[in-house]
Amino acid sequence: MNNFMDHEQQPVLEAVHLHKEFPINQMKLGSRSASVHAVEDTTLALYPGRATALVGESGSGKTTVARMLARVYDPTSGEIRFRGNDVNYKKRGAALRDYRRHIQLVFQDPFSSLNPVHNVRYHLSRPLRVFGHAKNEREVTEQVIELLNKVSLTPAEQFITKYPHQLSGGQRQRVAIARALAARPEVVLADEPVSMLDVSIRLDILNLMERLKIEERLAFLFITHDIASARYFAEDILVMYAGQMVEGGLSDDVIQAPKHPYTQLLLSVAPDPQRVEQVMNEGANDAVPARGEIPSLIRPPQGCRFHPRCPHAMAICKEKVPGRTEVAPGHWTNCFLYDQSEADRKPASFIQADAIHNAKALQKEEAK
Amino acid sequence: MATALQPVTPEQQNPVAGITIVHNILKWLTSNWKMTTGTCILVFFILMAIFGPLLAHMSPTAFSNDLFQPPSAAHWLGTTSKGEDIFAQLVYGARISLLVGFIAAIGSTILQILFGLLSGYFGGLVDNILSFVINVFLILPGLPLGIAIASFAPNNIKGPILITILLTFTSWSYGARVLRAQTLSMRSRDFVESARSSGEWPLRIIFFEILPNIISVVASSFVGTFVYTIGADVAFEFLGLGNVSQSTWGTMLFWAQSQQAMLAGGWWWFIPPGVCVSLLCAGLAFLNNGIDEVANPRLRVESKRKLARRKKEVVA
Repeated sequence: MNNFMDHEQQPVLEAVHLHKEFPINQMKLGSRSASVHAVEDTTLALYPGRATALVGESGSGKTTVARMLARVYDPTSGEIRFRGNDVNYKKRGAALRDYRRHIQLVFQDPFSSLNPVHNVRYHLSRPLRVFGHAKNEREVTEQVIELLNKVSLTPAEQFITKYPHQLSGGQRQRVAIARALAARPEVVLADEPVSMLDVSIRLDILNLMERLKIEERLAFLFITHDIASARYFAEDILVMYAGQMVEGGLSDDVIQAPKHPYTQLLLSVAPDPQRVEQVMNEGANDAVPARGEIPSLIRPPQGCRFHPRCPHAMAICKEKVPGRTEVAPGHWTNCFLYDQSEADRKPASFIQADAIHNAKALQKEEAK
Repeated sequence: MATALQPVTPEQQNPVAGITIVHNILKWLTSNWKMTTGTCILVFFILMAIFGPLLAHMSPTAFSNDLFQPPSAAHWLGTTSKGEDIFAQLVYGARISLLVGFIAAIGSTILQILFGLLSGYFGGLVDNILSFVINVFLILPGLPLGIAIASFAPNNIKGPILITILLTFTSWSYGARVLRAQTLSMRSRDFVESARSSGEWPLRIIFFEILPNIISVVASSFVGTFVYTIGADVAFEFLGLGNVSQSTWGTMLFWAQSQQAMLAGGWWWFIPPGVCVSLLCAGLAFLNNGIDEVANPRLRVESKRKLARRKKEVVA
């Protein structure tokens, strides 16, 4: 509940009903122009000193959301609000550069996000120069060393002349993070920053980001497909499926009491030593069978996009897109199962699964 | 502790940096036999252009009484029908021919970089306009255009400068297309996107992030253009677009043809410049393939000798 107080603060960056469609060129004559519905109706808010994790499998539109927020490309519709003001997509040039000074992107792959022909100093000096934080070479060197110390690349004097090929994956990602910090941003959009790294150094990078989040009061958007690291690092979790947000709330709420069948599926496939024991003792818990895969986004399923895979799919799921339902304070989901007006139509099997789930949660609590 | 791991800091490297660079360039130039052959041929002609005239004891345009003589001790490569020394003409001619080819290739490469990188990076309307210009120049036939200009241009503007300009403008389009394609594949690379999202200036992205990464393509394209400009320079001069009172490889061939050296059996008049041109172009082509091989390791062919040596090492 302590975390909950932070919500009273003003969000620094907000996305309101973002949509993004990528038109695709079809060579067939006379065919209707088609497009990929990459992101649909995405709303989120980032707060200073707080991390929001965006979780979902590949192709769910997580990266597209981050790139729209970084204004790599513009949304088809919807607003981005920075410090409460709508961003004008038509203004480029100086206005865009000013926006990017505050919102920085960290890329997934540190092996390709650094230019092989430039050394560490060059990479860090450019944002310092572009945004006018350093006026001369001496100031650049001072600030580069300071940045390297901030991301724990020490001794900084040695790293300053190194080229990307002389660094390990973890060191490169630190350089990439330092480059994002060089602009002195308020928001960092981290696009799967640890997924390309060796498992042994993931935790280091996560701890580094955690420290920066607190020290610099940064608002983080942490994109990941690994629900465990999301829980470790982020205060809030948003779950995306096929371009739509399906569930969101405080990390602990979402992880401990997942409501949307997709979140339940995601959690059931995450490796968890405890559950291995449970499975060995009691047999597999097949409340949420994993079946199918993410649908085509060119012709997405009608209604709820998860219904072809959903074990609890009802007739209405194929017809209407579910609205947002508050299941607990600050915890919401887009699912008809929790929609009071649709409650009568709940299939028996679901209620049973829900009851089993609740009972198990109770058992665990009692055991503690 | 870290200093113990890295005994050589950049400061310590500095005194020998010059030697290391020379060593690296030598290593690079001798990295495969095509590169070595090409470099040797090119260096030979450059030395010939610089020091050759010191060996020639006659001016290339001075007449003498030895008319149309075959090679002898007095005239190493014989004389023309007006008594000019062919060796002198050849070595003095190397200067102009090399210089015209080189300057035209440089100018052409600059155009290639500007058009290719700008159209590839910016895309959209800029790309449409620049691509249109590239395509217009691509279908512009070089040699027929040269012949047309040669037959209309007044004599006082004919010469190396006109040829250089003509060569520059007829040789850049192909390379520009190649560089445009390379830039298109570079612009969506992560490091370019991250530079863009960190607010970097577009021109700086093009010339400091993208260009250094495709420099081997530019180098190869430069050498390829050089081959074309050397050959086309000779062709233009042979067609009479050059200043015929100057001695270059092309005008030597022009005079040999107009004085009917072939019919008169004067092989020493037209063979030396012909051999020079083909040898130089072959050398440059070797160099070009050599660069390709260095830049693209998949093209590398290991020599049998090296393979045998490696086998021996393994056995030992």
